[in-house]
Amino acid sequence: MSAVWLVARREIIARARSKAYVISTVVLVVIVVALAIVSKLIGGVGSSDFTVGVTPSTASLAAPLSSSAKSIDQTVSTRTVSDEADGRAEVESGKLDALLIGDGTTVQVVVKKDLDTKLGNALHVMASQLAFSEQIKSLGGDPAAVNTAVADAKVSTTSLHPPHKYDSQQLVLGIIAGILIYLSLLITGQMVAQGVVEEKSSRVVELLLSAVRPWQLMAGKVLGIGIVGFIQVAVTGGAGVVAGLATGSLTIPASAAASTVIWLVVWYLLGFVAYALAFAAVAALVSRQEDVGGVVTPMMMLVIVGYVLGISILPSNPGSRLIEVLSMVPTFAPTMMPMRVAMGGVPAWQLAVAVAGMAVVIPLLVMLSARIYRNAVLRSGARVKLREAWQAA
Amino acid sequence: MKRLEIDGISKRYGDVIALADMTFDVRAGEIFGFVGSNGAGKTTTMRIILGVLASDGGQVRWDGTAITTDTRRNIGYMPEERGLYPRMRVGEQLVYLARLHGMSQANATAAMREWTDRLGVAARRDDEVQKLSLGNQQRVQLAAALVHDPEILVLDEPFSGLDPVAVDVMSQVLRDKAAHGVPVMFSSHQLDLVERICDRVGIVRSGSMVANGTVNELRSGGEERIIVTVPQARTGWADDLPGVRVLSQENGRTSIELAAGADDQAVLRAALETGPLHEFARQRPSLTELFRDIVSVNGESEGEKA
Repeated sequence: MSAVWLVARREIIARARSKAYVISTVVLVVIVVALAIVSKLIGGVGSSDFTVGVTPSTASLAAPLSSSAKSIDQTVSTRTVSDEADGRAEVESGKLDALLIGDGTTVQVVVKKDLDTKLGNALHVMASQLAFSEQIKSLGGDPAAVNTAVADAKVSTTSLHPPHKYDSQQLVLGIIAGILIYLSLLITGQMVAQGVVEEKSSRVVELLLSAVRPWQLMAGKVLGIGIVGFIQVAVTGGAGVVAGLATGSLTIPASAAASTVIWLVVWYLLGFVAYALAFAAVAALVSRQEDVGGVVTPMMMLVIVGYVLGISILPSNPGSRLIEVLSMVPTFAPTMMPMRVAMGGVPAWQLAVAVAGMAVVIPLLVMLSARIYRNAVLRSGARVKLREAWQAA
Repeated sequence: MKRLEIDGISKRYGDVIALADMTFDVRAGEIFGFVGSNGAGKTTTMRIILGVLASDGGQVRWDGTAITTDTRRNIGYMPEERGLYPRMRVGEQLVYLARLHGMSQANATAAMREWTDRLGVAARRDDEVQKLSLGNQQRVQLAAALVHDPEILVLDEPFSGLDPVAVDVMSQVLRDKAAHGVPVMFSSHQLDLVERICDRVGIVRSGSMVANGTVNELRSGGEERIIVTVPQARTGWADDLPGVRVLSQENGRTSIELAAGADDQAVLRAALETGPLHEFARQRPSLTELFRDIVSVNGESEGEKA
């Protein structure tokens, strides 16, 4: 078994056993599942799922009500009650949101207290439709033919640059993807930095370097923690999608959900490798856990800035020019791109530019970080200056 | 016979010359003591042998060929800066280190069992290293150097911080290893210990080997001294004897240094003439005295550099 894999395996076992990892994974899973449930609950109120009762004499209104509700994006289901008294009782007990009474030529409803505005709108549309049809009939026309003609009369628009139509669910998905990748990069980046310093502060690094090359040690550490973090992202992302589908809060096509998860994983991997290498190199400059914060903070800021800009601009303005440009810059791509991809409508060329940028940056980071790491990792004591670590033979 | 040869190694840290033409060898089956004051270059030399540090010039050879990453994996190393993963269990840690040196899982596990037994830490295999006493951590550290059945042992200050029992265990282990044909090299400031267990000793000053040989060779290399106890002798009784330099005369005890070729029998006769003679002894310098003479040529100890 190669040295890199031995080092990676040790990292995986050590991390998987640590309470911090287990707890943070559980917390992340709980957060996404809770988000799915909460968005379902909020969504449940907002989507106005009304049940309206019809008496035998108003049963003819059931179909028009459903279709007029649909025309204003509401779903209203109807149920026939045996008579008006029964219907009133059901309204009283809350089983029905409203009861249509009368002879079916006019719209009269019984409600418990107030008529819900959205249901009122649906009923209003139906009432005007009824009046309209009555008038057409009295003029000798065919209401159905008129309705079809009206429905077909549309303005046909040809857009030269059709904007992407953002789905509200995908926006939410984007926000969740952003949070996930942000937390994962911070958690795993911190793990790498602390792991490097742990070996320095416990001085075990010299013993290790008598058996393996510095790059093997660094690569093994990044690989091991990467796998551990990957499992965390995959478990969390998977739990989120499953919870979303199970609760019904996620109704976008499974393929869109799958592509979000796949891109999330791809961007996690690209972002993790890039940031982990940088974190490993700067962490090698210090010898004590207390000093880790000082050297990794500038790196962390890049992750945080990318995330904060994305999360504060994208939900209200998913097509933001600024984010579009920044999301192709390697430092911000790992945090911004997965959000954009989840929200949809990212042109293929932008995705390609972002991935290509990472493909260029990562090999550079490998060389840069390996050199800094090799030169700094055995120098204990005071913080090593970056320039010295670069120059030292 | 296989030899670990350190040939003309040099190393600078900026303007500081850490090693200048460091040359010596350690033969298979011998214990080589590496002594010198702090900052003389012992640790730097060992780090270069292990490849943890790159030298500016010179070569390290094992069995006649330049040492490579692969041959280095056969070296058992105990760094001056002790270090193990504090939160990793003793057994797992030793198996891991053995595997990094290229052992299979089964062999690594067997070797871990053997060494924890021999070094008396078998009962602590499932404990985290940080829960062990310092002495036991030291034993685990030695086990870490031995667990992969090294062909060569390079130990930086293996005896520091050990209790007398552990010193005996450690000495015995080093002797056993040497008896199996392993070249053992270690540095130490405990010169009496070095004198007792080393076959050969090298003394380092300012990054170069200044004396190198068996303890006897080194001791006989110094000028010969004679201690004469003649209670009734007058002050300056030996001053005029040819080839004699009186180092001290106190309470009837005179310490004399004889120049090469001077006649010690003439000193004996002169001593007898002063009255009763209680002691007439040739004294060879101890390693400690030799060491002091050699390293304090400049009258000052060298600066610390890690």
